[in-house]
Order: sequence, then C-alpha cells, then structure tokens
Amino acid sequence: MKKIYLAIIACMWVSLSLAQKPVIESSQMSFTVDTVVTGLGVLWSFEFISDDEVLLAEREGRMKIYNLGTKELRDVEGLPEIVAKGQGGLFDIELHPDYKNNKFIYFSYSSPKQDGEEGEGQNTAFMRARIKKDKLVNKELIFKALPNYETNHHFGGRIEFDREGYLYLSVGDRGGRDFVQEMNNNRGKIFRLHDDGAVPKDNPYVNTPGVKPEIYSNGHRNQQGMAMNPETGEIWEHEHGPMGGDEINIIKPGVNYGWPTISYGVNYNGTSFTDLTEQEDMSQPLYYWLPSIAPCGMEFVTSDKYPNWKGDLLVGSLKFRNLVHCEIYESRVLHEEVVLEGIGRVRSIRQGPDGFIYVGTEGPGMLVRLVPAEKVEEEK
Amino acid sequence: MRVIIVAVVFFIALSGFYYQDNYLSESVKRGQGIFEMYCIACHQGDGKGIPNVYPPLAGSDYLLENTEKALEAVKYGLQGEIEVNGVKYNNYMSMLGLEDQEVADVVNYTLREWGNSSDKVIRIEDVEEVTKAKEGATAKD
Repeated sequence: MKKIYLAIIACMWVSLSLAQKPVIESSQMSFTVDTVVTGLGVLWSFEFISDDEVLLAEREGRMKIYNLGTKELRDVEGLPEIVAKGQGGLFDIELHPDYKNNKFIYFSYSSPKQDGEEGEGQNTAFMRARIKKDKLVNKELIFKALPNYETNHHFGGRIEFDREGYLYLSVGDRGGRDFVQEMNNNRGKIFRLHDDGAVPKDNPYVNTPGVKPEIYSNGHRNQQGMAMNPETGEIWEHEHGPMGGDEINIIKPGVNYGWPTISYGVNYNGTSFTDLTEQEDMSQPLYYWLPSIAPCGMEFVTSDKYPNWKGDLLVGSLKFRNLVHCEIYESRVLHEEVVLEGIGRVRSIRQGPDGFIYVGTEGPGMLVRLVPAEKVEEEK
Repeated sequence: MRVIIVAVVFFIALSGFYYQDNYLSESVKRGQGIFEMYCIACHQGDGKGIPNVYPPLAGSDYLLENTEKALEAVKYGLQGEIEVNGVKYNNYMSMLGLEDQEVADVVNYTLREWGNSSDKVIRIEDVEEVTKAKEGATAKD
C-alpha cells in the first residue's frame, strides 16, 4: 500500500515539474507567461479598476469584471446598444486620470443609428459611465463619429488621456479612404476633447470654417493602438496600412498623416493606389512595417520589473499572433524584436498596478501576465 | 393546344434558368462587397492569402472540395490546425457575425473568383443546414 502512495506522489512530483512554465528568452528580457483568465471572447481591451479587479471588454459586446484574488468572473450589465459585426463591437476601455475620485470609465463601441442621426448603419461612439453593483450608471455619450455608415470595418476606437487630462479618440476611415483628406467629416481622424466631451478652445481647427472643431489630426486609416509616452507626454498611435505600410506616428495638432495620398502600402490586389510615399504637407511615419504585422494594442513600459524594456514600446500583432518590443531612444524606434510568439491575436497591452505587463488576446481569448524570469528564480 | 403546352413548358424552364442565373449573379455581386469588407485583409485581393500565415482561397481544396467546412468557417470562424493544398495552417479566424444570406453570398463569390470555377450554388438553406449540424453537435457536447 505504501508503495502505491509513493508511486502516486512520485507521479504528482513529475507532472508538477513538467508543468513548470518554460522561460521565454528574448535579447533583453527573459520571462514566463502566466495565464490570468482564459475562455474569453475577443479581448479587445482591459483596465484595472482596483489592485485585484480588472474590467474586460469583449468585442462581442460584453463587459466583465475579473477578480484576480477570488478568480470570479462577473458580467457588467447596462451596456448601450452595440453592433457586434465584422470588426465592430465593444472596443476600448480607459479610466479617467482621476478615476480614484470620480470613478469615470470611458469606453468605445460600434453604435447603431440613433433617432435623428444622419446616415444608415453604425459608427464609433465614445461613452463615459460609472459602475455601480456591476451595472453601468450615469451613462453620457461623449462623442460619436457621424454620419453612420453601413460598413463594418476600420472603426479605430482607441481612447487615451494626455498629461493635462485632454481626451484623444481615434476613428478609422470606415472603408471610405477617398474622403479621409476632406476635413468636414469624421473619417480617419483623431479627435481631442475635454473629459466631458466639450471642444477645447485651443484645438487646431476651431476657427477654420468647414472643418469639424473636434479634429486634432487627420490622414489616418485604422488606428487600433494609442498610448501616451510617459517620458515626453506625447500621444503615440499606430495604424493598419493596407498591404504593408502599418505606421507608428506621434500625434501633433493639425498634422496630416497622409492616408491615402501617401503610403508605404499597396492595394490588396497588389495594384498601387498611390505612387507617393512622401509629400511636403504630410507627415512621414515615425516607423513603418512592410509587410504588415496588423498592429493592435500599444503600451509604454515604465515598470522597474522590466529594467531593459523601461521607456520602450510594446505592440501586438494580429497577423503573426505575437508581441513586438520596440526599443525607443529619443522618440525614435531603434529596432524591433518579436519577444513572444504564437500567443494569439494580440488585442491589448497594459501595465497593471502591480507593475506587471498584461496582454489580452483573441483566439484563444485570454489575459496573460509576463513574469520576469529572474523574479521566478528568487521566489523558488 | 400542343403548341401552347410546349410554349408554357418552355417558358417555365426558361424562367427557372433565368431565376437561378439572377440569384447567382446578384449573390456573387453582394459577395464581392462582403469579401472586400470582411475578408480581404487576410486572404488578400488575389485570394492567395499570406504564405504560412493565412491560407489561400484561390485554388483552395479546403474551399472547393469541402464547401460545408468553408461555410462553417465563414459563419462561426475557425481555430486550430487545418490543411490547405497540403500546407498546414494554425491561425485563427474570428467569427464575423454575418447573416446566413451573407455567408452564402461571400462563398458564392469565392467559388468563382481568381480562376476558381465551381458550379456549386450556395443558398440560404445550405447555410441553415450547416448551422443545424453545428449547433446540434454543440448541444450534444
């Protein structure tokens, strides 16, 4: 009998040591991947609302709260009407910089035509609300790109605050690239607003007739990554090119980033839609990918847990299902390296309140944490 | 009298062909629009996909020889390893949220584009059948 117990214990010990996570080596950091929660849909974004609770946005149109301590997953009720089709659905979540005191949560989604709105279909909307007893309350529409369009792609949908508390919102070209260079519409733009949706008096086009005053920059295609550089306060974004020409840009007021007049990409059928990669009145990308990686999610690393990545940028790839580390020096990308492969289509990246990097994916839909390998050694 | 019967039969047959042609050409036309919105970013405008990342639709045995599987993928998305023309792909296609008619339309389009020359005509009933099979299987799990 004793022998059987010993055999069982031996088996358990072997299986435990086999289950130990492999250490992932990259040129500047080694880490293990710790699965936080799995079995989710398309985890488009997430935000920590406290030290142990993370708010999850699934593109399918569901919002959930996951408690890292109790491992409980709860639904959030009271969402607005969301069109979850194609690339559309529930997108980004962002906390107000003063969330501790005002409890404001901002989120974006594909919103169907409401009474009195122009255009059939749907477009990107940005709402703020509070969560009370797992229900959205005090809901206020901050901004909606109009008119609505019947297409279900290129929504943009990222939300970011700068140091002064201004709100930046991205809306993609909605499949109508020929209209992006026009300034009387909301296609392919980044908007800058006060936290309540009011237009700041110093926006670049407030005194320009025929131009929407919310516009801060234009000439974008589909911006699915936006993050403030904590060292400089600049707003950085990345956007999908067509076949090639995915870009990283630093967003400046009144600047035209060129889509579709200039681009390093070509049409999906291989034909060229522009011979130009540069033009005097249009900004060059800070960095571009050729061929495309299909970037989604963006975060600057500030945590001491990743000393060699500090100040650098992490970007997700939908196409190659990996995480890309971009080494940054004086607001330039020195080089890039894939640091984590085959993890799933990376949708969102954030540094948590515990200083760890968290990554949200689709296919499978999960939230993982990158744990520096040295740390694991110490804990043994 | 016989002439009239022959004429009526002829007319009915003709309208049948006309109806099918009309259905197919309209469906393919809608399918092209759907393809350009939902599919082109991965499968590319030439239908060749991206080598080792996204499988081709042009000349694809997966699409042309097992159209039910293709319908299921378009309706529900796809996850895990598949083999297309002898090459293994292990990527992920998300569920697009298309209506059954839209699924039929885009598959009708892909069956006839880039040199594909299938004579299969997908109707909404075919998609419903795939749905029934799939959801029945899920219910049993």
